[in-house]
Amino acid sequence: MLKILKYSFYDLMRSRWSYVYFAFYLLLGIVLLFLNNDLSKAVITLMNVIIVLVPLIGTIFGVMYYYNSKEFTELLLAQPLKRSSIFLGQYLGVAISLSMSLILGLGIPFVFYGLFKSTAIWDFSLLLITGTFLTFIFTALAFNIALSNENRIKGFGYAILLWLFLAIIYDGLFLMTLIIFEDYPLDKVSLVGTMLNPIDLSRTLILLKLDISALLGYTGAVFKQFFGTNFGLMVSFVALVLWVVLPVSRMTFKSKKKDF
Amino acid sequence: MNRLLISILIAFMAIINSMHAKTITVCNSCEVTSIKKAIALASDYDTIKVKKGTYKEYNILVDKPLTIIGENYPVIDGELKGEIITITSDNVTVDGLFIINVGTSYTEDYAAIRVQKCKNFLIQNVVLEKLFFGIYLEKARDGKVFHNKIIGDAIEEYNSGNGIQLWYSKNILIEHNYVERVRDGIYLEFSDDCTIKNNVSANNLRYGLHFMFSNNDIYRDNTFESNGAGVAVMFSKKIKMYNNIFKENWGTASYGMLLKEINDAEIIGNTFEENTIGINIEGSNRIVYKNNNFINNGWAIKVRGACYTNSFLSNNFLYNSFDISYNSNINDNVFDKNYWSNYTGYDLDKNGIGDVPYRPVKLFSYIVNRTPETIILLRSLFIDIIDFSEKVSPVFTPDNLLDNNPKMKKIEW
Repeated sequence: MLKILKYSFYDLMRSRWSYVYFAFYLLLGIVLLFLNNDLSKAVITLMNVIIVLVPLIGTIFGVMYYYNSKEFTELLLAQPLKRSSIFLGQYLGVAISLSMSLILGLGIPFVFYGLFKSTAIWDFSLLLITGTFLTFIFTALAFNIALSNENRIKGFGYAILLWLFLAIIYDGLFLMTLIIFEDYPLDKVSLVGTMLNPIDLSRTLILLKLDISALLGYTGAVFKQFFGTNFGLMVSFVALVLWVVLPVSRMTFKSKKKDF
Repeated sequence: MNRLLISILIAFMAIINSMHAKTITVCNSCEVTSIKKAIALASDYDTIKVKKGTYKEYNILVDKPLTIIGENYPVIDGELKGEIITITSDNVTVDGLFIINVGTSYTEDYAAIRVQKCKNFLIQNVVLEKLFFGIYLEKARDGKVFHNKIIGDAIEEYNSGNGIQLWYSKNILIEHNYVERVRDGIYLEFSDDCTIKNNVSANNLRYGLHFMFSNNDIYRDNTFESNGAGVAVMFSKKIKMYNNIFKENWGTASYGMLLKEINDAEIIGNTFEENTIGINIEGSNRIVYKNNNFINNGWAIKVRGACYTNSFLSNNFLYNSFDISYNSNINDNVFDKNYWSNYTGYDLDKNGIGDVPYRPVKLFSYIVNRTPETIILLRSLFIDIIDFSEKVSPVFTPDNLLDNNPKMKKIEW
């Protein structure tokens, strides 16, 4: 598995897209810091970008990589290798290289700007951690979609739909539910609602850390009480880990059964 | 003419009086060792000089026009037994005392210094610590509270008092005081024509400054920081609020300024920075908001209802999460020539005024008003999308609530 991981990783490191992705974040970080002159402000703006872009790129890139390297995968399958290690290797290769682009691309300008001396360092690391989680989650989901669909167009369609659903439509439905059931106590519902969507979960985690919590009023107090404690933080990280583990296990399960 | 003569006569008498006035010195090794005794010995217009030391006294009644001056801040320790100084005579000056340990009671408002039904008093350079109520002016008038420091240790609202409290008082000047950690920093009830300036009120449990049923007052150049709410102005008329700073009143139920049933006020030149809600307005009419800065607040202005004919002119709204929140579809308030950092319009004729009107109320703030729980979707992409579509064609937010002349650049004055 490690060999395949290494191969995928180096393959991706050499590819143009990783550089473009890396350069994009580098530019974003520099421009943000240049325009804002304020680290904590930049972290907030960055959050908006990360919450939307990281999942999108994770899904698209994951699907693209799977379809592009399909012939190579088939070649590998002919070798005496475990199927799970082939797919896990490829998945980890993609996810790790994407996360690296993210971490380095954003990290370098911030470090040069004096991150280590700033108080925003914890917020920033939380941002990177959630960003990495999102990459792992959405790449895994993308591999699932690609494995289940032989047709590339369909695969891409589903991938974009998935992103659209989790990033936008879910929030719309969520909002509708909250408004329709406004006469009922909604704290628990909203808590569960955010837990179920990794994008919402990361957004809430970062927002609460950034001291916007007071804005959130009573609901915010409930959230703060939950996420503010170690238990809440643990639960939300467990939720994020589950979001990685479940798609990955489905992927290995599916890959074992699949007829190539 | 007659009046002038009389006043000259009075002044003259006062001078003669003061020539007669003697000074009584109080210290631990002197003939007079307590302030109470000194007051008993003193005649009108005498001066009592209190030397450095600790005096364990309470219920000191000042019933003659006296000047009580502390040298090097003598400590008056009330030993938590009750009220410390009560002033019932006109023309009293209290200067330079360090008063601690005022008694706490649930039935009586014990104060460090209480001024009762008198005129022309001056309380200055006094330091109060471990207090219940600080300086309590009761039916007093024409006095001055100047350069005092009040440091409380209030933890709960129900068993703590206010720093400076005015009750049925008129024409009082409160200047250069520092009040922290009490319930209300400065509290005015039924008090008219007072001036409050250059004070700092910080870390108070409830309000930095609180008006109730008080009219024609003015407060200016004060700083209100990290209070439960900066300033609460309630049921009052014609209050003038100039050049104050409201900052970091941050918490789930915190405000920079809370206006309730206020009419004909002027709010000019104030700065609201990093408050959960900059100004919360309820049932307030004919108020002029001019040249204020709203910076980094959660909500810059939250309009709750029954607010008519208010005008918001030439203010700066900088980087607030929500500029204006509104809970009705009817708007009778005017927004004009403000600078909005969220404005995205253009200025083709380069006259400094944007060519497209600005709509300060976002759809999301309308939704949040209806269902507060929805705020957890703050900064979600979906919210940005619906905000944008509402901006293009308003359906839910008041149609005529717009700034027709939004400034392109931050307003300087």
